[in-house]
Formats: sequence, C-alpha cells, structure tokens
Amino acid sequence: MNATALFEARGLHMRFGDRVVLENVSLAFPEGQLSGIMGPNGAGKTTCFNVLTGRYRPTRGQVLFRGQDITGLSPHRIARLGVSRSFQLLNLFNDFTAEENVLVALPGLRDHGMNMARDVMADRSLRDRAAAVLDRVGLGAKGGIPARQLPYGDRRALEIGVALAADPAVLFLDEPTSGLGADAIGRLAELVRRLKGEVTIVAIEHDMEFLFGLADTIAVIHWGQVIRHGTPDALRADPWVRNSNLGRLK
Amino acid sequence: MHGARLVTPSMLVAFAIFGTLPFWITEIGLYRYLGVEILIWCIYALGFNLLMGYAGLPSFGHGAYFGIGAYACGLAQFELWANLWFCLAAGVVAAAVFGAVVAAFISHRRGIYFALMTIAFGQMFFFIASKWTSVTNGEDGLLNIARLPVELGFWNYPIRGNADFYWFVFACFVVCVVALWRLVNSPFGKVVQAIKQNEARMAFLGYRVALYKAVAFILSCAVAGFAGALFAMAQGGAFVQVMNLQWSGVIVLMVLIGGGFVSFWGPVLGTVLYFVARDLLGAYTEAWLLWFGLMFMAVVMFKPEGLAGIGQDALRKWRGLPRAPAAGWAWLRR
Ligand SMILES: Nc1ncnc2c1ncn2[C@@H]1O[C@H](COP(=O)(O)OP(=O)(O)OP(=O)(O)O)[C@@H](O)[C@H]1O
Ligand SMILES: [Mg+2]
Repeated sequence: MNATALFEARGLHMRFGDRVVLENVSLAFPEGQLSGIMGPNGAGKTTCFNVLTGRYRPTRGQVLFRGQDITGLSPHRIARLGVSRSFQLLNLFNDFTAEENVLVALPGLRDHGMNMARDVMADRSLRDRAAAVLDRVGLGAKGGIPARQLPYGDRRALEIGVALAADPAVLFLDEPTSGLGADAIGRLAELVRRLKGEVTIVAIEHDMEFLFGLADTIAVIHWGQVIRHGTPDALRADPWVRNSNLGRLK
Repeated sequence: MHGARLVTPSMLVAFAIFGTLPFWITEIGLYRYLGVEILIWCIYALGFNLLMGYAGLPSFGHGAYFGIGAYACGLAQFELWANLWFCLAAGVVAAAVFGAVVAAFISHRRGIYFALMTIAFGQMFFFIASKWTSVTNGEDGLLNIARLPVELGFWNYPIRGNADFYWFVFACFVVCVVALWRLVNSPFGKVVQAIKQNEARMAFLGYRVALYKAVAFILSCAVAGFAGALFAMAQGGAFVQVMNLQWSGVIVLMVLIGGGFVSFWGPVLGTVLYFVARDLLGAYTEAWLLWFGLMFMAVVMFKPEGLAGIGQDALRKWRGLPRAPAAGWAWLRR
C-alpha cells in the first residue's frame, strides 16, 4: 500500500444478492495526483465509487480517508470530510438555475443550511463564490439559465461544477466525458489539467486519450477485479490493454 | 421564485386586496366572516405548501395539526391562561410537538411511502380526538372558545366582532406571508427546494436530508397549528371534523388548484377559489364539491401548475417569452 495515499480502498467486496460485483478491490489514490479507472461496461467501476462515497456499505473490506476508517459511513458524512463526486448519469437540480445548482453545493451555504432568515440571493460573498465556480467550468455567462434548459454539454460542465463547488479534497469523476463531442472533451481536459494541482482526482473514463493524457496512474477493473495497475506509459505497452476493445489509443 | 426583498410587489397587491376586503366584500354579495375564513385557510395553505410545493413532501393528514392547534388553543384558554398570545402559542407549540413525533417516523421516507404514513398518523390523531371525549368533548366539539383581546401591554384591543377579528387575522396573515417569503428565499428554503428536486445529490453534498425534511414538516405543522388556533377563535370552538381525511384532502386540493408547485401565491389563489366556489356554487347546488372536484381533475389533467401556472403562462405570452417547461409533479413518480 502507498503510505502517502489520501484515499484508500482495502480488499473491497461488494455483493448484490448472489451477484458479486466487486472482488477484493484494493486501490490507493495519492494526494495531488489524478488516478484513472478504466474497464469495460458493467465491470463494477461505478459500484466502486458508490462504495467509496458511502452509497453502499461494502460486503467486506475497508475504505480509508486520511488514514481514517470511513467504511459504511453515510454519504453526507463522507461528503463533509471533503469528498465530492460527479455522476455518470447527470444528477442536477433541474428546476434550479445553473447558479442555484452551484450555490446549494457550496459549504458556505451548507454550513448555514438551517438559517431561515438570510436572503441567499442577497449574499454577495456566496454568490461571488458561485460565480467563480461557474467561470471555472465555462458557464460564467449562463448562471441564470435553469439547468433543464441548458444544452447537454453545459449540463455536463455543471455536473462537475456542482461537485467542485463543494470544495473537496478528493474529487471523484464518473465518466465526465460521457456523451460529449471532441471540442467539449478538449475543454474538459483543460479544466481537469488545471484542477490537478489543487485537488486529488479519481476519474472513471472510457475515453482513453483523455485518461492517458491526464492520469498519473491508471487501474483497470474487469469483472469486479483490478486486473492492471500502473502508469499510462506502462499500460500503453500492456498487451491486455492493447488488445482490449476499451478504446483506441493513438 | 427568487426575490431579494422583504416585501414584494405581489405582496403589496395581496395586502391591498385583503386590506380593503371589509369595505367591498358585502358589495359583491358575500359577507365579512368569509374574509376571516379565507385568510385563516390561506395561512394554513401557505404553511402546507412549504412542505408540499417547496420540499416536495405530500402530506395527506395535515388536518390533524390544524385540529391539534385548535384544541390546544381552547384548552390553554380554559385550563391555563386566557391570554391571546399564550393561546396562539399553545396552538403552535402543540402542533409542532406532535409534528416532531411524526417527523421522527417519516422523515426518512419519501414519495408514496411518506404520503401513506402521513395519512396513517393523521387518521390516528383524528381517531384519538374523536374518542378522547374528556379532553376534546368528542363529536360535540370544544365549545365557547373566546376571541381574546389583543394585549400589547400599553394598549388593549377587543376583537370579539367579526370586523375587528378580521383585522387581527389580516395582521397575522401579513406577518406569515412576510416570514414565509423570507423562509423560502433563505438557505433553508433553498436546501428544501433542492431536496425536492434531487434528494440523493443533496446527501452526496453533505446535507442531512432527513433532518431538513423533518424540520420542514414540523414548521408546516406549526403553521397549521397557528391557523387552527385562529380558526378555533373564529368559530368559537374546536371541532374534530377538520382533522378527518376529507378535510386533510381539501387543503391539498386548494394548494394544487392554486398552483403551489410553481408559485408562492398558489395556495392563496387556491384558497380563495375554494371558498368563493363554495359560496357561489353552493348557493345553486348541494353538489358544489362535486363541481370543485371536477375542476380539480381538470387542473390535474390539463394544467398541473394550477391557477398560478395559468397566470404565469399568460404573463409570459404577454411579454413574448417562451412557455415555461412543465414542473413540479416529480414526487408522484418517485
Ligand atoms: N444496486 C445494484 N443491485 C444489483 N446489481 C447492481 C447494482 N448496482 C450495480 N449492479 C450491477 O453491478 C455491475 C457493475 O455495475 P457498474 O455500474 O458498477 O458498472 P460500470 O463499470 O460502472 O459500467 P459502465 O461502464 O457501464 O458504467 C452491473 O452488472 C450492474 O448490473
Ligand atoms: Mg458506470
């Protein structure tokens, strides 16, 4: 195990009924790095995120954050420790504007969530912070548009904006490029590259170019097991990865 | 639904209408006491919409808390201290306490399960109130609840007559509107609206979703209790009927027809429509509630956003804006 890992999974097993979805998954995500996860459809990648972020309690195994055992804690507890995630299927507040989506995600609002007297929209510092997040994900001019009316690419960006607004120490991204065109993927890659220095990132990705260009290390999950783990360069040369139909590498 | 003001133009319109109501209501063939009823039910409906429209939590047993407020007001007056503020506070606190007990059981649920449990608890309280005659006086009701004078220390004002009582209820309405408008635009208001839209995401953003749902429930119970206490004084008694399933349904009907999902003012519009329909249709036919029910069905089928939605569409059309997308019924599908 990596001694400097910020976030760690140790021997995770996850079973739904008699269906084993994760089998002895151990992963370590070092601070400040971008760790990639790839694997075919149905391999268990999202389930792994779900276990790490508290949606499911693993059948067996341990989840550690900053060395602290957080296995089986509820999602809101884990989130409060500084763990944030985006979702493979868009998971927004559709009736809210883009700005409101980001506002509710800010710790500055969450910490005063029981305040019933202050006017949110009159809170300059809160709104400035929301505007900064929107700028970052390229939605600076679209804060006033309801999420459901945004084009798909913008909704994808907002999905990351909401995760980012929580000001996390670890950011889990579940297929951030899903459904995006080449331009949008390029912009997203730029954003992620800028984020890399500031926050520890774990990204599930099917787009191999995107992942291999950004990740420090990559784990390959197949049938619920980690079958390969290494740097992009090492994996590029790996025959399994080369022969798999996960995607094409240049 | 965002505004950064304590008092909005729509509020001024509403206050102007209700503030002048005593001067014209008899001119249009209605009567003053109707104004009292409408305002009290508006308060009840606004509080109910905090739960249903804003937090997306349908309660079909809310009459229970309205009734508990009414009984508490009467009992406080008879047994403890015949003071207006104290008796109103008793209504609020009693409803909130019962609401808190129920919230402990239901705040982890949502959608249809939440709704069913509100019915179960509502029916339970209704049953208890009907049978526990030594406290509630059963089917006969708790009679002779007085409209206590407004005591402000330096100034006392009797509100026995309908005209004076109307002004007091109007003042309560103004306070409730301003407070609830503040609330829905506060951090808490935003949080419950977000929970309505996407409970799971809120949990992943670090919110204790069940706690917020519980608080929203308790608040709307407290407002219902307040309205119930006023109603007990208005009617001069507390009766068990308002706690039954039918009357719990009426408040849902009012809020939905008015358009609580799309507008802060939906509950007010729905309440006014209900009482005016009762008196105008009721003058022609015993079966007025049937017609009102059909109206409700028409709204559900053709315009789930209710009267407020129809109004908003008209306003948008007038301004040349595109139609708003349909919203608000997600909880029925969960
Ligand atoms: N709650 C659940 N109950 C039962 N089975 C589940 C549950 N969640 C996931 N699974 C199953 O676990 C397997 C892995 O699913 P998962 O969503 O983790 O895959 P994935 O690697 O994210 O795939 P994709 O690339 O398609 O997103 C699938 O076969 C799925 O049907
Ligand atoms: Mg997945």
